[in-house]
Amino acid sequence: MSALSVKQFTGRALSWRVQGGVIELALHRDPCNELGSLSLKELEQFAAALGDLEKEAHALILYSELKPGFCAGADLRELYEQSQTMEKAQAARGVRDFLERIHRVLNRIDAAPLTTIAAVHGVTFGGGFELALVCDLIIADKMARFCFPELRLGLIPGFGGIPRLKRDLGNAVVRDLLLTGRSFNATKAQQIGLVSQVVAEGEALRAARATAIQIGKFDRETAIAAKQFIKPIPYDELRKEIDIFCELFSQPAVQAGLKKFVESTDAQPYLP
Amino acid sequence: METAEKTLDEILTLAAAHFKVPRASLSPDEDFFKALGIDSLQTLDLLTKLENHFRVELPDYELQGVTDFRTLAAKIQARL
Repeated sequence: MSALSVKQFTGRALSWRVQGGVIELALHRDPCNELGSLSLKELEQFAAALGDLEKEAHALILYSELKPGFCAGADLRELYEQSQTMEKAQAARGVRDFLERIHRVLNRIDAAPLTTIAAVHGVTFGGGFELALVCDLIIADKMARFCFPELRLGLIPGFGGIPRLKRDLGNAVVRDLLLTGRSFNATKAQQIGLVSQVVAEGEALRAARATAIQIGKFDRETAIAAKQFIKPIPYDELRKEIDIFCELFSQPAVQAGLKKFVESTDAQPYLP
Repeated sequence: METAEKTLDEILTLAAAHFKVPRASLSPDEDFFKALGIDSLQTLDLLTKLENHFRVELPDYELQGVTDFRTLAAKIQARL
């Protein structure tokens, strides 16, 4: 651990600080904030600190410090390599444990008594998209790109993506995004109601900070009551998602899909 | 309605500017991955740039296997 205090933390995958009533959680794990065991451990540290952080904050901003994007999703390379070194049953238990842990973190952020904003740019794929979906608002720079490519691996999104998309969007849109696995840009994301603001390249964090200042003008208890009223956490569907993911993970197609992805030199490796 | 040639010219100009290569070094039938020296993440950048510029949606699967600027222009032209 590089440094830990309630107000400020600098880790290898992420950092946070509180300033002016706003918690800023920055992702900075090369190459594009892939979510593996290191990121999960530090996200759990963040979730553990959140109770204290919330006492002096009204908003939380999640963003990436890396040029390629917000987050490319789960660390598939790590997942593949670990699954190669384990018995099948052990690998399956490891995946379920990882999912249970990351769901606990994401549910905690989802339910936080703060107004939460994902400020995204570039690649916002898979688990990265799911991380953004946890937030109350998504502010995207016009180069942001979203995608649920999991079906290419014989899987569904595993970090709460489908239940949270269903919470926010119409079922037809969810089916389109999920079943085609196509990526789409920030303008499209705003058109379908996913993104609240589209800003110029490199301006998402600035816009998120301005929004956080505006949010700070409202009575906090009222904002919390409004959020709890309008943003239920779909716990039952989130549980079901873990079960479906784990069932699919045991299928041979997944190992083949992971291997193909890890070894791919294709320009669009996220496509089947 | 833009003509196919104009679309192609705009793609070449946009790609050259975004990836900082001389416009004159790019030709329509060239492999743009090699010409621009781009990886998978930068390919997504190019896709987004093109969509924003031409105000179209380009599903990734329609571009699978497309490697030259001329075919890329035809794909975009079909959605203008």
